[in-house]
Amino acid sequence: MLWLAAIVLLVVVVPVVVYLLNGVLQAARSIVPSVEGIAGVAAAGSKDLDAAALLLTTKDQVEQTVAGLANYGGSLDVILDDAGPAR
Amino acid sequence: MSAVGLVFLVAVLLIVLALVYFLVSTIVALRKITAGLDTVIAGVGEIVEKSAPVNGVVTAINQQLDAGVDLLEGLLVQKAGLADAVGLVDGMYPGAAAAGLREFPESTELHPPRIGEVYTRGTLTLARLGREAPIAALSPTGAVLRNVAGGSLAARALYPDVRHTTPEKLPGSPVIGAGAPVQYEQREDIGAPRRRLRAKSS
Repeated sequence: MLWLAAIVLLVVVVPVVVYLLNGVLQAARSIVPSVEGIAGVAAAGSKDLDAAALLLTTKDQVEQTVAGLANYGGSLDVILDDAGPAR
Repeated sequence: MSAVGLVFLVAVLLIVLALVYFLVSTIVALRKITAGLDTVIAGVGEIVEKSAPVNGVVTAINQQLDAGVDLLEGLLVQKAGLADAVGLVDGMYPGAAAAGLREFPESTELHPPRIGEVYTRGTLTLARLGREAPIAALSPTGAVLRNVAGGSLAARALYPDVRHTTPEKLPGSPVIGAGAPVQYEQREDIGAPRRRLRAKSS
C-alpha cells in the first residue's frame, strides 16, 4: 500500500503540482508586457496633455474675441436701423 | 531507510523544489508587474493632474462662444427680421435654414426666402451687416426695394444708379482696313529703300 502511495505521489502529484505552478507562472509573466505597454501609453498620454495648458490661452483669446464682437455688434446696433414689422 | 521511504522523500523533495522554483519565478514576475503598475499610476496621476482644469476651461470657452452666437443671432434677427435672417443664413449656408436659429425655435417653422437668388453675393455679404444695407443709401426710410419674386437682375436695383447704370449707346469701335470709312493716302516712300546721304568730303 505504501508503495502504491509513493508511486502515486511521484507519478501523479508531482506532475500536477508542476503543471499548476507553471500555469500560474505563465499567467503572471503574460501580464508583464501588458503592464509595460499600459505604462508606455500612460506616459505618452500624459505627454500629449502637455498642450492642455494652452487652453488657458485659448480661453483668454476667446474672451477677447467675444468682447470685440460685442463691441462690434453694439456699434452695428447703433448705426443700423432695426427691421420693420414682419411682412 | 526503506525503499518506500526513499521514494517518498524523493517525491516530497521534487514537490518542494518545484514549489520553490515556480513560486520564486512568480514572485519575480509579480514584482515586475508592481513596478509597471507604479509607472502606470504615475502616468495616470499626471493625466489626471493635467486634465483637471480642462473641464472648467472648456466650459468657460463654450459659454463665451454661446454668448457670441446669441449676440450674432440676436443682432441679425433684430436688424434683418426673423424671416430674412433665416433666408440670409440659408443663402450663405444652403440647408442651414432647416436647423433654424438656436435662440429662435420658431425659425425652423419659417419658409426661408430665397435671398441668395435675388441678391448678388456682394450684396448678400453687405446684407449680412444689416437689413438692405445698400438700399439704405437710397431710401433709408422707404419701403423695401427688394423683389423676392423677381430674378437675379433685381439685384441691380439695389445699387446706386451712378455705379451700375449702363449708358444707352456707347461710341462704336473704330473700323480699320479697306472697309474703313476714313482712308488715308499711302505714302510712296514707305517700304522703299532708304535713301543714303552723301558723305561729306573733308
